[in-house]
Amino acid sequence: MTPALYDRIQDLRKRYPERRSAILPALRLAQEEHAGWLPPEALTEVADALDVTPAYCLSIASFYDQFHLEPRGRTLVEVCTNVSCALAGAQDVVDAFERELGVAPGSTSADGAYGLGTVECLGGCGWAPVVAIDNRHRLRVQAADVPAIVQELGDGDGPA
Amino acid sequence: MATARPEIVFAGTDGGAVLTLDEYRSAGGFGALAKAREMAPDEVIAELEASGLRGRGGAGFPTGRKWAFVPKPDQLPKPHYLVVNADESEPGTFKDREIMLRVPFRFLEGCLISAHAIQAKTVFVYIRGEYEREFEILRDSLEAMRKAKLLGKVTLVLHRGAGAYICGEETALLESLEGGRGLPRTKPPFPAVAGLYAAPTAVNNVESIATATKVLELGGAEYAKLGVENSSGTRVFSLSGDVVNPGNYELPHGISLRELVYDVGGGVPNGRALKAVIPGGSSTPILTAEDIDTRMDFDSLVAAGSSIGSAGVIVLDDRCCMVQLGVRVSQFYEHESCGKCTPCRVGTRWLTQILQKIENGDAGQADLDLLLSVCDRILGKCLCPLGDSDAIAVASYVARFRDEFQQHVDLGRCPFEGESSLERILAPTEMHARHHEAAHA
Repeated sequence: MTPALYDRIQDLRKRYPERRSAILPALRLAQEEHAGWLPPEALTEVADALDVTPAYCLSIASFYDQFHLEPRGRTLVEVCTNVSCALAGAQDVVDAFERELGVAPGSTSADGAYGLGTVECLGGCGWAPVVAIDNRHRLRVQAADVPAIVQELGDGDGPA
Repeated sequence: MATARPEIVFAGTDGGAVLTLDEYRSAGGFGALAKAREMAPDEVIAELEASGLRGRGGAGFPTGRKWAFVPKPDQLPKPHYLVVNADESEPGTFKDREIMLRVPFRFLEGCLISAHAIQAKTVFVYIRGEYEREFEILRDSLEAMRKAKLLGKVTLVLHRGAGAYICGEETALLESLEGGRGLPRTKPPFPAVAGLYAAPTAVNNVESIATATKVLELGGAEYAKLGVENSSGTRVFSLSGDVVNPGNYELPHGISLRELVYDVGGGVPNGRALKAVIPGGSSTPILTAEDIDTRMDFDSLVAAGSSIGSAGVIVLDDRCCMVQLGVRVSQFYEHESCGKCTPCRVGTRWLTQILQKIENGDAGQADLDLLLSVCDRILGKCLCPLGDSDAIAVASYVARFRDEFQQHVDLGRCPFEGESSLERILAPTEMHARHHEAAHA
């Protein structure tokens, strides 16, 4: 583990009366350090920094949708498919991303550049369909917009 | 008919955002906090009770009374906590997000006022992990307040969730904030007495807290003049679905659904006919086009057989298949069930599977009965309302559109023949594909 991660988790601990409360922000930091997912060593690092067991970290990480226990690509594209987004054409948007990225929903490209997923309500129903790219929301995305978005993303490392 | 649109939560924004402390203060911002801090905590609570403000998260519990339930520090000498529920995730609801984006200081000022009222020295804002920009705005606003020494002796911590709808349920939220899986707790004890770290805790919604700032500014009695009986004040309605102008609209309680959908929302696009409206987030019972003159307030929606919930209004036109709607809504609750209570964990999956069977044209008459029977076996049998939400929503689709369900059974196929607006519904594959494949293998 980088000393920086350990130290940053210690800083997080100080915000809370009890150390376990820091586990969500600690896992978030660890995931950022491990290219967007939590390999077993990341769980061990968080466990060491918070004085809990790796199994406890796994029990938490597996509960929350934003933690990934397998690689999800350097850039993660998530399309909301709940009711309001579905009515506004979310499925066409998913299909367009699948076509442009060559990645099926729920999977990650072989080169690790992109992950594509469908997700539950992102809280943007009035600006549907909503697409989250690395947790940044794009609003009112239509299938026709997708090629330009993919071009902008380049090789998966974000806009140049 | 033009409707008066008094702005409370979004007052002073002129349709935009107030993102600097200077701008907010020059318009009188933090005056309400100064006023509150000169008052005794009980006097602040009395203002809230006089305002008639009811919680905006969905349950509608009176905010002042909630605060009054928190024991005084001399009665229960433990740290007191204010926890703000910014984990907005109910499908159809996107109002708290806009409040945090446009009036972050009004919201944070409300946090400090509320903390004063319940004598809390620590405030946690639990914001959903998917709200990145909203988190950044709150973080920057908080930093500006810290520099301006507005926090006093209060510590305010922004705590980010990580993707779990269940954490919007207050006891699951507290579990999550303590570093656990978001599993709801048994009540009692209620959070007011034994909440965060088993200490006295008030849990309030973002809109309620932002409104509290204005209640102090205007005075409770003045605020109570807005709206209608039992539903004072304004409401931020989130309008989405098949409507010309989707978005958030702050309007007084008591406006009719017709005014909201047609006058404010511009009506149903492409000349389609209105079929149904989900009035308060996907967990609330559906209304039909015939209910269009229902008034949007707590009592009127109960009288109409529904609930104002989180005021997330989803408009559906005549292309929408109600069985498909049921499948998609049920998939959501199935995915979000934490698994603690068997009726919810198992029942939500049963509902999805039976609805899918009906949609596929493979269901017999007994399956319709089974669907309602499963709803009954979930209702009221779980620790939290998540399973109930699925059962109530699905049962309402059957009750209001029984003929459409019957047609699926009689025809042995979907009567929309591939033309429903939800035809190619797709639940999150990562969460559903695997276990649905297993279930249907």
